[in-house]
Amino acid sequence: MLDPILQLLWIVIKILIIVLPLLGVVAYYTLAERKVIGFIQLRVGPNRVGFKGLFQPIADGLKLLTKELIFPTKSNKYLFVIAPVMAIAPSLAAWAVVPFSPHLVLSNVNAGLLYVLAMTSLGIYGVLFAGWASNSKYAIYGALRSAAQMVSYEIAMGFSLIGVLLAANSTNLSDIVMRQSGGIWHWYFIPLFPLFLVYWISAVAETNRAPFDVAEGESEIVAGFHVEYSGIMFGVFFLAEYANMLLLSILVATLFMGGWLSPFQGIPVLGALFSFVPGILWLFLKAGFFAFVYLWIRATFPRYRYDQIMRLGWKVLIPVTIVWLVVASFGVHFHIGPWFS
Amino acid sequence: MIQQVIFYLFAALLIFSGVRVVASRNPVHSALFLVLAFVAAAPLWIMAGAEFLGLVLVFVYVGAVMTLFLFVVMMLNLDEVPRSKGFVRYLPFGLIIVGLIVTLMLNVIDPSHFSLHVNAGMIVPQHHSNTKELGLMLFTQYLLPFELAGALLIVAIISAIGLAFRGPRARKVQDPSAQIAVKRNERVRLVNMEAEKKS
Repeated sequence: MLDPILQLLWIVIKILIIVLPLLGVVAYYTLAERKVIGFIQLRVGPNRVGFKGLFQPIADGLKLLTKELIFPTKSNKYLFVIAPVMAIAPSLAAWAVVPFSPHLVLSNVNAGLLYVLAMTSLGIYGVLFAGWASNSKYAIYGALRSAAQMVSYEIAMGFSLIGVLLAANSTNLSDIVMRQSGGIWHWYFIPLFPLFLVYWISAVAETNRAPFDVAEGESEIVAGFHVEYSGIMFGVFFLAEYANMLLLSILVATLFMGGWLSPFQGIPVLGALFSFVPGILWLFLKAGFFAFVYLWIRATFPRYRYDQIMRLGWKVLIPVTIVWLVVASFGVHFHIGPWFS
Repeated sequence: MIQQVIFYLFAALLIFSGVRVVASRNPVHSALFLVLAFVAAAPLWIMAGAEFLGLVLVFVYVGAVMTLFLFVVMMLNLDEVPRSKGFVRYLPFGLIIVGLIVTLMLNVIDPSHFSLHVNAGMIVPQHHSNTKELGLMLFTQYLLPFELAGALLIVAIISAIGLAFRGPRARKVQDPSAQIAVKRNERVRLVNMEAEKKS
């Protein structure tokens, strides 16, 4: 009788061990974004609160917490409140299957890749609920743009995951990492390079980040789907976006860049020299690089026009993935290279 | 113990949302409860050992199909329909269809297939991959039905496009290759202006 409850409690503790540091990292990722973009644009970024602006996220959080929550007239209160929750819940839930090191994973399920795909596809409901429940034309336009965009890019994303699945012969994320072991030349970004690019572009589009951020499009529709949100409810949308970015960064690192594996593996001197570094550190370094690329892209590229986004998704990315899936299938059939053995 | 609690929780949620799909007066609410019904059904399938089907249900139906469905329902701006409208008129048809489905289900999945003593001998090994088993079955034993279903879906897609396509009209569509191939000289004319005041 008591045993299952203890088990459940232990799982809850493990979830907290993942989620609480994650939320801290998300908070400081927002600061990192402002700092990095500031330096790219030759500014200093926030530097007033605390040492060099280090307490800025805490100040922002407190500010949002103390602000008034405004409900628009004739809005659907229930959906209006639940929308930010629907935005952040899937991006946190997906972390359950992320393998941090060979034995450090909350749930080592066989269908891990499918679970991740299912969770990332749920994120759209927060946007849709927010758009519809706000009873505002800007919000509904933002939600519709975002919905169409996410459904389109999910197809390209799913197809590029099928390439990984083909090469690894497994949908278990830990197995996918193990199949890439043996050195940096075994990682899947080499044989599946087009799929890697497609996955990364769709990852940027899925999170509604620049240059695909027409869902917000502040010059056209104010702030898109969360235009009517104030206070901490807006804050939760903000956190959800950054949690999603971190999730997709870590997924790219896991699926295409060898996850927790050391890049010096298999190299005579360097491999032994760096063998003391724990795997989790390599994973965070790789994911951190992709998280930085998100900010770099935002500071570099102008926003896409809406028809260009749709054209890129349907007429460029999806054909590329289909062609490369055929190539990967041949690779698997003829056991080409060290990748498809 | 915990499994039973989870099962009854999601089963109750599934029944509740199923009823609300029919009973809601606002079409958007109906569609949202349908989403909830799919989400509540997925854990039941996963608990039955069909984790592939459960997850596919979430990311195909909830993630893609219902999104488009909601998209349309939200755009249409339908008014709330009175609950009693057409209830008596459509009741006989509804009863006939319900009767047919119940007879079908009783014939195909009667209790003799699903009672405890039938399933008692089925022990699933710990690292049994339901996804792999399903894939092997689909692409060996049931290849022909699988391919036929795929062909049927292609036919449905093409006919949907055929029905919605009303001939080429004068559309204001940009040609991306022409946009990319444009030269500076075609857009900008540099003019050398003389200074107005002679210094």
